[in-house]
Amino acid sequence: MNHIYLDNNATTPVRPEVLTAMLPYFSEQFGNPSSVHWAGRQVSGALEKARAQVATLINASPAEIVFVSCGSEGDNMAILGTLDALGDKGKHIITTAVEHPAVLNTCKYLEKRGYSVTYLPVDQDGMLDLVELEAAITPETVLISIMWANNETGTLFPIAEIGAIAKKHQVRFHCDAVQAVGKVPVDVQAANVDFLVISGHKLGAPKGIGAIYIRRGTKLTPLLHGGHQERNRRAGTHNVPSIVGLGLACELAGQEMAEKSVQIKALRDRLEAGLFAAVPQIKLNGHPTARLPNTLNVSFAWIEGESLLMSLDMKGIAASSGSACTSGSLEPSHVLGAMCVEVTLAHSSTRFSLGANNTEAEIDYVIEILPPIVQRLRDMSPLYNCRDRETCTVGCESLQKL
Amino acid sequence: MYSEKVMDHFSNPRNVGEIENADGVGEVGNASCGDIMKIFLKVDNGIITDVKFKTFGCGAAIATSSMVTEMALGKTIAEALVLTNAAVAEALDGLPAQKMHCSNLAADALHEAIKDYQERHPNA
Repeated sequence: MNHIYLDNNATTPVRPEVLTAMLPYFSEQFGNPSSVHWAGRQVSGALEKARAQVATLINASPAEIVFVSCGSEGDNMAILGTLDALGDKGKHIITTAVEHPAVLNTCKYLEKRGYSVTYLPVDQDGMLDLVELEAAITPETVLISIMWANNETGTLFPIAEIGAIAKKHQVRFHCDAVQAVGKVPVDVQAANVDFLVISGHKLGAPKGIGAIYIRRGTKLTPLLHGGHQERNRRAGTHNVPSIVGLGLACELAGQEMAEKSVQIKALRDRLEAGLFAAVPQIKLNGHPTARLPNTLNVSFAWIEGESLLMSLDMKGIAASSGSACTSGSLEPSHVLGAMCVEVTLAHSSTRFSLGANNTEAEIDYVIEILPPIVQRLRDMSPLYNCRDRETCTVGCESLQKL
Repeated sequence: MYSEKVMDHFSNPRNVGEIENADGVGEVGNASCGDIMKIFLKVDNGIITDVKFKTFGCGAAIATSSMVTEMALGKTIAEALVLTNAAVAEALDGLPAQKMHCSNLAADALHEAIKDYQERHPNA
């Protein structure tokens, strides 16, 4: 059975050239870059080269890049570190209802400790209202934390406009750009962000490495206390092989993004058009145009997402779902909930996130295989074609809006 | 994460469908938690002679629905009433811990269908 991987927003394979570049740093060049001797000197150059590669991709200076262990660490660092450093100026944060848990749960933690948080709503396409954002700013507001692209739907927020609002009101702006970097152009200067977080494994570098951009001169209390690494911004011995990998992955992304994003978007659009033509009663989740080129999130009315994922998995196709069953909670996706997607449709939501390795043949196979799977599950569903209206009041009535 | 028996019942579910003029119909679950199970019964002389199901839910919900129909078919009402959700899960060689609560409702749906049958046939 062929394996078709359509879950690139979850993680990506390490690119072969990235792995090759990393390998010498496990054993031959094993030094600690903080050491002054030959072994340390061997690797400090590689570390700074990687820093420059990451900086170039997002139009930052190398000194503004701090390596961290993952996207979640970067988000925690930006939010907790800003509130700690600026706590005497105010205790209010503005974020959105659709952020990644790394941001949302960090904000909820702060709420329990006496900070106040505004969770901006989104519309049915998952888009923000910038008038509402500006209206939410108070003299107490010290941080705006808004993602560049949504991981579930791919919806792109107008980051440059948000950055301009933050600058006008002199409020710090943190952007979780984990899903954006490597997929769409990201320019920290044009966007006016103060902090921006990158995760390696979303763009062909290994898991366990990330970076945070911290605008020069920005006060931030460290999350990890210890040694003097990263100009006292982040303690801990450098993960040199992974940092080298992240650097190269960023350089390659910069070189290839323009071409590859067109190619990936064409495949994504082919999948979207193919599914909408072949399966009745399906709904696009996310903005129709302001969306990552690789992401397609659709709900298949009357069926539940996990059973669809299992059926796809049995055919070798890997995708993901916003159903409660796959999120490990009783509620379906908080992102779709914030977009007012009807609850059974949220349970049926399925995310296909493409990558550079996908082919037209793979997409055509999915378009061929998926409609009969959906039909099989619909034929099993008491909500589908149900004659006895009273037994499915929730399902039928609200789903008829389709 | 799922046993081979769960995968078998999910891939080839037994007794899917509805029964026209069923003697009893039971439904449990709700849309907000992502699982709805509906069981249809035909009863003759106190014996379940036909049973069908329709389920909206995850793999575990579909597999337990299928299994409970297999277990109930041919049983007397009294025998079917003592079938438990735990027995259905056991017959499937177990379910993942997080599925035991939310998706393991098939015996409840069967009992609802029996209750409906008994209400409609008080002298049976």
